[in-house]
Amino acid sequence: MKQYDIVVIGGGPAGLAAAISAKKAGVSDLLILERDATLGGILNQCIHNGFGLHTFKEELTGPEYAARFIEQVKEMEVPYKLGAMVLSISPEKVITYMSKTEGLVQISAKAIVLAMGCRERPRGALNIPGFRPAGIYSAGTAQRLMNIEGYSVGKEVVILGSGDIGLIMARRMTLEGANVKVVAELMPYSGGLKRNIVQCLNDFNIPLKLSHTVVGIDGKDRITGVTIAEVDANRQPIPGTEIHYDCDTLLLSCGLIPENELTREIGVEMNRVTSGPNVDDKLQTGAPGVFACGNVLHVHDLVDHVSSEAALAGENAAAYVLAENQTEKTHKVTLKAENGVRYTVPQTIDVENMRDSVTVRFRVADIYHNRAISVYYDGQKITSRKKRVLAPGEMEQVVLKKSSFAEYPDLKEIVICTEEV
Amino acid sequence: METKNLTCIGCPMGCSLTVSIDGENITVAGNTCPVGANYAKKEVTNPTRVVTSSVRVNGADIARVSVKTACDIPKNKIFDCMKEISAVEMTAPVCIGDVVIENCAGTGVAVIATKNVPCAG
Repeated sequence: MKQYDIVVIGGGPAGLAAAISAKKAGVSDLLILERDATLGGILNQCIHNGFGLHTFKEELTGPEYAARFIEQVKEMEVPYKLGAMVLSISPEKVITYMSKTEGLVQISAKAIVLAMGCRERPRGALNIPGFRPAGIYSAGTAQRLMNIEGYSVGKEVVILGSGDIGLIMARRMTLEGANVKVVAELMPYSGGLKRNIVQCLNDFNIPLKLSHTVVGIDGKDRITGVTIAEVDANRQPIPGTEIHYDCDTLLLSCGLIPENELTREIGVEMNRVTSGPNVDDKLQTGAPGVFACGNVLHVHDLVDHVSSEAALAGENAAAYVLAENQTEKTHKVTLKAENGVRYTVPQTIDVENMRDSVTVRFRVADIYHNRAISVYYDGQKITSRKKRVLAPGEMEQVVLKKSSFAEYPDLKEIVICTEEV
Repeated sequence: METKNLTCIGCPMGCSLTVSIDGENITVAGNTCPVGANYAKKEVTNPTRVVTSSVRVNGADIARVSVKTACDIPKNKIFDCMKEISAVEMTAPVCIGDVVIENCAGTGVAVIATKNVPCAG
């Protein structure tokens, strides 16, 4: 069995950035396994612009952003395999993958970086009543069919869910001549970025109906229409508010779920809020030498954040292999999300062996105005930063400095919360 | 005097802006910072957008190559631009930056490829 120092699972934005930084950190014996026919992952179908404002200080399209990283991978001669689908990862870090050219292969790794990304919540998970005709797609599937495979997908369109992919597809289908009739959103606010609401819906006078959901699907072979209705505070449809739309296509943009089948098999502790593994400040999962980054860890809003997080995971995987940081003494502190903060990544920090600072990322539970994001060390307030607005659709972060822990030798718990000001 | 309601896209605040247009005189209300005022003025005088789309590509493993306008174009030219984009075809190999249309819909702006597409196989 061939052994590698580091194997990166997934060749999307997270996997590419992780591999590049691992190589830069001095590990050359590494491999990226990608199941698709090209590197770049989901960016290949995200042909709209707006990527890379943080990383490159310019607005790129998805394929252009991916190409910047793919070029680096090729220049630095980072080995990768395409069409290689990982089937399992054992707790002993043996990876089994299938490829058209090699068949079933087993390799082992000293360190693994999980970068498998996420997938869309499918219709089956939404409990929409009605028939199961053709013409119902997740927004990302429609995006791939249209932007890569060249199909027109549909002409009369209703979209359920106002996630960013749904908003982007509302504009995309409109530009291609389709009539997007309405975007229905179950929640009283959109989970998408403001810019996308304005430039994808308002620009084309596409109505966004908040607190609405699909209550019926018509059509046996092909969808012929949907019925939407307003929902009450408990998200239950209100009788009498039904509106019917004739349509030949229904797109679903109802959330993303980290793709962690492989992670679970390793047997690491998972997080119920993020649906990703719990990690420490090195982005290391419960299994030593197994790191996670990008959307497989928690769903991000911007790819720039994925790239920087993944670069850190790659660097830490390299350090693990090169056995720097090998100290007996550890001091593990638990991070707790409270009062409107839904989760934190990482979930623990080893304050003894951490870098100079650690970026803690999180999302909030609702739209809040004029609240502070506060940090407590064992009940004592350390920082508090006032924010005029907080929204679930936008990831937030706080940076904790190693020096700030010096006065807390017995620290057990860090709480990150929102507070009224 | 004409008034328009806009949502600022400068930051997650998403301020509701009211723009009053009185000939040359444009006043913006509802913004909480200068970004909102500048955005609103541009939106009512000269709104522009970068258009992204895809065109058919022959001789490649994928059916479409993604494209964009090299810079932002007037908003009212979006559909003229799309009409021209949907009429052209490319042949692999295509490189990022390759010119697809030199002057799209009379805007003077080129449409360029945004994806490297090698030949099939």
